[in-house]
Amino acid sequence: MVKTVSSNSDGLVSLVLWGLFSLVTVVSLWMLGDILLLGLDHLSLDFVIGEPADAGRNGGIAPLIVSTLLVLAVCMAVVIPVGLATALAITEFLAPEGRWQATLLRSLDLLSAVPSIVFGLFGYAFFAIQLGLGFSILSGGLALACMALPLFVRITASALAMVPHSYRQAADALAISRVSWCARILLPQSSSGIAAATILSIGRSLAETAVLIFTAGYVMRMPDSLMDSGRTLAVHIYDLSMNVSGGDPAAGATSLVLVVILVVLNLITRKVLPDRTF
Amino acid sequence: MAMILQRFRAARAKDLFVQSAVLLFAGVAAIIVVIIGVYLFLESAPLLTGTGIPGFFLDRRWYPLEGEFGMAAMLAGTLSVTALAMLLAAPVGIAAAVFMRYYAPPAFASFYRRLLELLSGIPSVVFGFWGLIVLVPLIAKLDGPGASVLAGGLVLGLMILPLVSLSTDSSLAQVPRSHWLAGTALGLGRWAIVRKVMIPSAASGILAGMVLQTGRALGETMAVLMVTGNVVQLPASVFEPVRALTSNIALEMAYATGDHRTALFVSGLILLVMTAGLVAVAAVIQRRLKRYG
Amino acid sequence: MEIDVQTGGSSRGVNDATKGLVDIGMASRALTPEEQENLSPHTIAWDGIAPIVHRDNPLTELSDSQIRGIYTGEISNWSSLGGPDAEIVVVNKAEGRSTLELFLHYFDLKNSEISADVVIGDNQQGIKTVAGNPHAIGYVSIGTAEFEASNGTPVRLLPMGGVEASTANVRSGRFPLSRPLNLLTGLEPSQASQRFLDYARSEHVADLVKGQFFVPIDYSSVEH
Repeated sequence: MVKTVSSNSDGLVSLVLWGLFSLVTVVSLWMLGDILLLGLDHLSLDFVIGEPADAGRNGGIAPLIVSTLLVLAVCMAVVIPVGLATALAITEFLAPEGRWQATLLRSLDLLSAVPSIVFGLFGYAFFAIQLGLGFSILSGGLALACMALPLFVRITASALAMVPHSYRQAADALAISRVSWCARILLPQSSSGIAAATILSIGRSLAETAVLIFTAGYVMRMPDSLMDSGRTLAVHIYDLSMNVSGGDPAAGATSLVLVVILVVLNLITRKVLPDRTF
Repeated sequence: MAMILQRFRAARAKDLFVQSAVLLFAGVAAIIVVIIGVYLFLESAPLLTGTGIPGFFLDRRWYPLEGEFGMAAMLAGTLSVTALAMLLAAPVGIAAAVFMRYYAPPAFASFYRRLLELLSGIPSVVFGFWGLIVLVPLIAKLDGPGASVLAGGLVLGLMILPLVSLSTDSSLAQVPRSHWLAGTALGLGRWAIVRKVMIPSAASGILAGMVLQTGRALGETMAVLMVTGNVVQLPASVFEPVRALTSNIALEMAYATGDHRTALFVSGLILLVMTAGLVAVAAVIQRRLKRYG
Repeated sequence: MEIDVQTGGSSRGVNDATKGLVDIGMASRALTPEEQENLSPHTIAWDGIAPIVHRDNPLTELSDSQIRGIYTGEISNWSSLGGPDAEIVVVNKAEGRSTLELFLHYFDLKNSEISADVVIGDNQQGIKTVAGNPHAIGYVSIGTAEFEASNGTPVRLLPMGGVEASTANVRSGRFPLSRPLNLLTGLEPSQASQRFLDYARSEHVADLVKGQFFVPIDYSSVEH
């Protein structure tokens, strides 16, 4: 490298950056290590497949896993169709840079910035009370869908936009209808991006707590239907660590389970989409 | 010929149907945020009489039992915790992105990126849980009850850091490589190129990202609720407990009736307006700086 | 007969029952005279509220005026009460909880007069906070605290007015700060509601009440 006047400050900056790198790494590993150690201590197969006992101090988390999956299912059953349609509207059906497209994009930007507790407040007052869905997996899933939608749309729309322009020219030359173009070429071509959007939305939803406390509720029983209240894993961590004395080991184990699921989802996304462009 | 025409018409009808369905769903997506805003406004309306509005911002006394709904103390709680978090996360986050992109050996850079990606996906309750069992007792040894502005700022800062860093990184990635080469050709050192060329070129993206992360910090509930002690007061030092607006909703929503409930909707509306404001600021920054950058 | 239970505090229970949103409301306190104009309370159990400290706290008793002093901030160090030299960490409850309202009423305080270091939501959170801090003081439902303490949680109930805080003393009526747990109906409950009330106030539920660490009512006094 060419020696320059500023090489002294270069060395200093480099030192500072390495220092900060070490600091961030140490603090992160400290936290992750604590969760890992605390969790491993309490984690077992019985924990994953067992029923909770004694307010969650003992027993397992099986009903909570089921509730979490059901909440996710409701959420994604709304997010995927609505989100796909919205992404298609942005990239295919609305005039680029036109007024409608701009309005839609702005509205989604706003939605993605809404604090999660506001979704909780809204979901509680609107879905649970006003629509009479009560504290239920359905209320929770719907409130969560409002939160996850903009993320799904953003990633899907950018995946749709990445389909090569030449494909579109070819389709135009063949006078293929817009719907056929979407169904036969565009969506299959961007399937990996849509898959990534789905997985990332699931990850974000799994991590959510504030939306769900007052919508899906606190009940630890195995749910019988979507109208039952069901406690998700994240809510369980909150309750154990805040309200249950002696609940920390179980909270640690539940955290570990949740973090492992999220890491696996992260790895799948990387596999599906080697170049993460968003 | 007639058959072809018929098929053509059928295809047109299908097109029209699909197109309307797509636009209908997109309309639903677009209107959600409007519904939320209008709903919060309607629920807040009873307390939103002209003279009452300044009271929410100026009065620090939140005693629903005594009919007092001042939010100044909680607004201060939210702002102090957010400010501390950003004070930590912004410089370290930018430094992390610069390190990853321009200084670290490839193996370190990719390790760092993986670590930050992993952290960015960790649920906020897990951050809160760790803060509660590790940081709060540590801070209690220094001064005060432990649950404090400091605990909230640290936990939130650690949570926002990877987001700041990854968004800065992707802004830096968009700066053309030729800028770097030009800097080298001029005989500038590494730091000089980063400081004088790369960061200014990416400034709009970095700044806009920062504003959006501030909104994220402002709206965070669980991690803050778990470690700040939730006492409604103007904090005299970082070791004192505070209650954020978000925590207040989570803490009292299920127990509130009448004006108390309405006041919680007002606080939700305030949060919504603040985060919407930040989105608008971010959009303006992106447009402005792009024009001149 | 199907019964759906919703969560919320006593004010919510009173509110929902008054407005007729629910057939039966629940409130863990007695009703005010105004509330009784529209609602009739049906007591199904009793509970007491008492101060708790960490098990390692050497103090065994606090007078009412001392507790009052701690909560108003006049007494801020355990040493002035004969304890160790440490700041007192005052744990108070969030608004809307009847535990808070009863505590304030008993000590003739307003919430704005209290200077707290930590504000908590549920009884369990209060117990966990005190268990995690040797210098903390809080107040919670006696039954819940008795159960936690017997399970090894490091908290200790303090007597009030010289009466030991125990479910036994709540049952005998000797404990000063106790509250009825009420079901609330309109002044003329429906037939279905009445059948449920009769059941909830019968000896059949004594085990359930004890299972939740509350004190059963005197069933012989119930008129059917």
